[in-house]
Amino acid sequence: MISIREYELVDSLEQAHEILLKNRFNTIIGGGAFLRLGSKKINKAIDLSKLKLDYIEEDEHEIRIGAMVTLRQLETSSALLENFSGAVAESLKHIVGVQLRNIVTVGATVYSRYGFSDPITALLALETYVDLYKGGRMSLDEFLENGSPRDILTQIVIKKGVDKASFKMLRNSAGDYAILNVCAAAKDGSIRIAAGARPARAKIAKAASEFISASELSEENIDRAAQMAAEELDFGSNMRASADYRRQMCRVLVKRALMEV
Amino acid sequence: MDINVKINGKNMTFEIDADDYLSETLRKYGYMSIRKGCDTSSCGLCTVWLGGKPVLSCSTLSVRANGAEITTIEGVQKEAEEFASFLVAEGAEQCGFCSPGFIMTVLAMKRELSNPSEAEIKNYLNGNLCRCTGYMGQLRALKKYMGVE
Repeated sequence: MISIREYELVDSLEQAHEILLKNRFNTIIGGGAFLRLGSKKINKAIDLSKLKLDYIEEDEHEIRIGAMVTLRQLETSSALLENFSGAVAESLKHIVGVQLRNIVTVGATVYSRYGFSDPITALLALETYVDLYKGGRMSLDEFLENGSPRDILTQIVIKKGVDKASFKMLRNSAGDYAILNVCAAAKDGSIRIAAGARPARAKIAKAASEFISASELSEENIDRAAQMAAEELDFGSNMRASADYRRQMCRVLVKRALMEV
Repeated sequence: MDINVKINGKNMTFEIDADDYLSETLRKYGYMSIRKGCDTSSCGLCTVWLGGKPVLSCSTLSVRANGAEITTIEGVQKEAEEFASFLVAEGAEQCGFCSPGFIMTVLAMKRELSNPSEAEIKNYLNGNLCRCTGYMGQLRALKKYMGVE
């Protein structure tokens, strides 16, 4: 059970950051849904709702997504449906139900670097950046690796130009967390393969991505890249699946995703 | 702290704590159609509309409802009764515990999607669990209610 002592609806990012630094138990809140599942003690909950961070903007080069955009807004956004072969929207529609996706925000999901996250895997395979109030712009890859403690994620930027993308996932039952998720995206002649819910946070399969980018997209090469991805990534066991099962399924999902890009 | 909401068309002030979730607050003020089910964002029993959108009230901080419009099944009674008649006709209701949340999601879907496919219907209702019916009767009722094949 979470507990929140005080609540502050802030007027600016500056104010939010000031409050955040004042006490280590002060926390920025997104939708507040995942908070409920934990046992965090929050001194002051900092709410960004008034800062107009619920936008999705598109120009010819990129799509900019404000931190307070809900997963449902993303899922139904024409910008996301019409770009990246709909892979981002596809990664969202299996998450519990519409009611939860109307609450959960993309900023909190990405900032928390949840291992089980489906959209993080899709975003990682694309060319995605995060904009942080103090840390500035950082690639999602780097952010997932290092984080940016006591900072505020303000927006996510996805670069356009992806020729094709494909998101695949496996669940024990609809609405459950994924056992494994995979996304492959082709851009400017190279392919990036990302895998998440291993159950650790999403990672790029670098060797497999480099190999398939330099090879003809034949079934034999796809098989080899899928095998490489399964071998280079690390997998863990939890109540949903064993590490070995995840490794086997990684090969299958990567192959299926590559067949579509 | 106090929040001001418009619930089912009526202006109300609720006294809440910063860590109260909306399902608890609504039940405290007598809106007992809000069922307490899983309390882990999984079952959809506590669905209400916040600003016209279906949300899980068990996972929405009450403070987030400040200044917003909340609709519970009591606020859409006529529509709910109309859909319920389809459920009854298809034998799609048994214990009825999940019905308020299920009906709120169905009515939201009717507003949001026109002529949805079966896959779209199933996806929209993915967050509503029913442990009695097996869903087939509900799906038949829904298709007839929505006027889709």
